[in-house]
Amino acid sequence: MPLRESGHMEKTQTTLESSLESVDQAEAIAVDEARKLGFDEDGQAQFGMAVREVMVNAVVHGNRYNQKKKVHLEIERSKDSLAFTLGDEGEGFDFNSLPDPLAPENLLRQSGRGLMLARAFVDGFDLHPRAGGGTEVRLVKNLH
Amino acid sequence: MSVKLTSRQVGDVTVIDAAGRITLGEGASAFRDMIRDLAAKGNKKLLVNLADVSYIDSSGIGEMVSGFTTVTNQGGKLKLVGLSKRVKDLLQITKLYTVFEAFDDEADAVRSFA
Repeated sequence: MPLRESGHMEKTQTTLESSLESVDQAEAIAVDEARKLGFDEDGQAQFGMAVREVMVNAVVHGNRYNQKKKVHLEIERSKDSLAFTLGDEGEGFDFNSLPDPLAPENLLRQSGRGLMLARAFVDGFDLHPRAGGGTEVRLVKNLH
Repeated sequence: MSVKLTSRQVGDVTVIDAAGRITLGEGASAFRDMIRDLAAKGNKKLLVNLADVSYIDSSGIGEMVSGFTTVTNQGGKLKLVGLSKRVKDLLQITKLYTVFEAFDDEADAVRSFA
């Protein structure tokens, strides 16, 4: 999903470590950006959770806590829309091959719900291979 | 802030009061250890009070499911009380409302174990 183009658009990039602290950091950045754009508390929490779940996936399953590997975060802001793109340096995976966490036989599995939750809380979700290796996930949330 | 967990007895029901965030890392681990410890000591009626839990992520949900399975496999029951709207939404999205028995009122929840 393209970011809503409504005049001025800002873009910033940052690099995060493969650690649990970075997961909290990414969530805090997401909540703060959503707050600054004007999302209400529920919207802020939803976007924060979506970013958190994608970040967990990048750190735990993508980079496997390898401190030499980073998570690349790009933030795009327009007047009424926010997009976070998170890319890991892992081996990549096929999103469509993941077990359906909502299937009756998978309901009692301990893991496998993160990306599904992330997807549920945003307006745009795109998972694709990252140029140079790894996986990239783009999350878009619109203000209205 | 991570999670703070305490337990108390209401009759033969063990109520676990959770407060804070149940998320990947310390929070989810502490929750898992608490449930396993209580189950290992023979507690078969566990009620998790989530009224003061501000946030649960997918790892926290995973630990709740794992706890449910552990207790159920030992012939016990694990139920929930005091869910915020956000936690209820999570259970809806994940379809876990079909797994967990959840209550708004603690007294009702305790009586349901009888």
